[in-house]
Amino acid sequence: MNIMLDAAMIDDFFVRAVLAGIGLALMAGPLGCFVIWKRMAYFGDTLAHGALLGIALGLLFELHLELSVFLVCTLIAVTLFLLQRRASISSDALLGILAHASLAIGLVVLSLMTWIRVDLMGLLFGDILAVSQRDLVVISGTLVSVSAILFVTWRSLFAATVSRELAEAEGLKPQRAEIIFMLLIASVIAVAIKIVGVLLITSLLIIPAATARRISTSPGQMMVLSSIVGVFAVILGLTGSLNLDTPSGPSIVVASVTLFLFSMTPIAHRVQNVLKGA
Amino acid sequence: MSQKELIRLTKAGYQTTDRWLVRDVSLTVNQGEIVTLIGPNGSGKSTTAKMALGILKPTSGEAFRARGLKVSYVPQKLMIDWTLPLDVDHFFRLTSKPSIQAQHRAIEATGIGHLLNQELRSLSGGEFQRVLIARAIAREPDLLVLDEPVQGVDFSGENELYQLIGTIRDDLHCGILMISHDLHVVMAKTDQVICLNGHVCCSGTPVSVSQTDEFQALFGLRGHADIALYQHHHDHQHTADGSIAHEHHAGCSHD
Repeated sequence: MNIMLDAAMIDDFFVRAVLAGIGLALMAGPLGCFVIWKRMAYFGDTLAHGALLGIALGLLFELHLELSVFLVCTLIAVTLFLLQRRASISSDALLGILAHASLAIGLVVLSLMTWIRVDLMGLLFGDILAVSQRDLVVISGTLVSVSAILFVTWRSLFAATVSRELAEAEGLKPQRAEIIFMLLIASVIAVAIKIVGVLLITSLLIIPAATARRISTSPGQMMVLSSIVGVFAVILGLTGSLNLDTPSGPSIVVASVTLFLFSMTPIAHRVQNVLKGA
Repeated sequence: MSQKELIRLTKAGYQTTDRWLVRDVSLTVNQGEIVTLIGPNGSGKSTTAKMALGILKPTSGEAFRARGLKVSYVPQKLMIDWTLPLDVDHFFRLTSKPSIQAQHRAIEATGIGHLLNQELRSLSGGEFQRVLIARAIAREPDLLVLDEPVQGVDFSGENELYQLIGTIRDDLHCGILMISHDLHVVMAKTDQVICLNGHVCCSGTPVSVSQTDEFQALFGLRGHADIALYQHHHDHQHTADGSIAHEHHAGCSHD
């Protein structure tokens, strides 16, 4: 294959969307495992809802959208962290309030900016036409940094997941690891919006990880399998989206749920036995 | 015997928003020394250990830990979420990767060789406790902190584990801080026993206690030299809710 053809392929919007989706799935895999282990699904959802506020503010102040989403998600995470310490209400109610407040404020701000035309459906549910060359560069950069940071902090993050006190006692600084983890989630959300949309980002974190849980026998294996399942779901979903003219986010989620249901069948048990032997 | 100081609490106390969990605790664990904390439920044993470990920051007094101290901790409770596929073998590498020899010795000593490929969630209470201890000693720590290490372990296993804890101290020459809710049974190898009930009620060596008639009676009954009785008398009263009036603290008598 010559180089000219390669360049032409990256020009194709569909190939760009698939590449971006694969990059996203590779990051979401391991992080999604931690989201499941730490029972933070609703937390991820809250940050994702906040992403819309990030977009609205980014457009308002003419910032890089990824950057403003990242900043708003971080702000929400910090707010949550502080409120939880002195909270007189339960943390799930707190998450609900923050999630819907930021989504609603985001929508209001967007509709007040009458001078900007925004494709709201695209923001909420993903739009594969929107992935640009620049987005690919941002996603690759994020993929490299997220993987590197995860590789370095993996042991203390995992130990903190199993037992915060044990990790603290044995000198692994769990609080630092958890703050870094929060920032990683915020960065994945920031680059995921165009592919899956604000409302469905958490599913990309959770569903592949839950599918991988059914067939894996160790934490490391679950993280790798989770990435692989995510990549399959992205390819299947985007192909479906292209052929059936359905929004990309829901199509990817339908594909990953299908894989998840498949993992509930006895076939998954057989796969697990094969992996155990390996 | 070298007496390098590993951890020291000086008049340490911990207060939650509405009450003191424990107050005015002073204790030192030196290298090669076993210190046992005993006391009833809610007497502040775990809180004291957590202050010593740096998990909780004392609200009064201070906690000192030697620089570069390698700690192993066996917590009282450890819940493994069902979403976590974690077997015993991987659990050994949780906070650091132990040397193969050390891991092998720890597995041998605790008799958990047959459990290596089991998921943690599938273990019984006693098996899980052995695994926790094995992981802790495989790290070859300078200080080992055990919060009720024999809970859920059957009677013969209990003796075995107490014996093992004594051996660990001799092999690794580490300091050990152990917690027991059992007011009567304490290891004979313990160098110092501290009785807590919201504060330090009394402390002393079990050796001095071992001459008493009560000890002789129980010693004969249980039939194991590794178990000693630590009998103590309080010269102060605890109120019905278990709290203590602190003004009489100076009047505590030690056996």
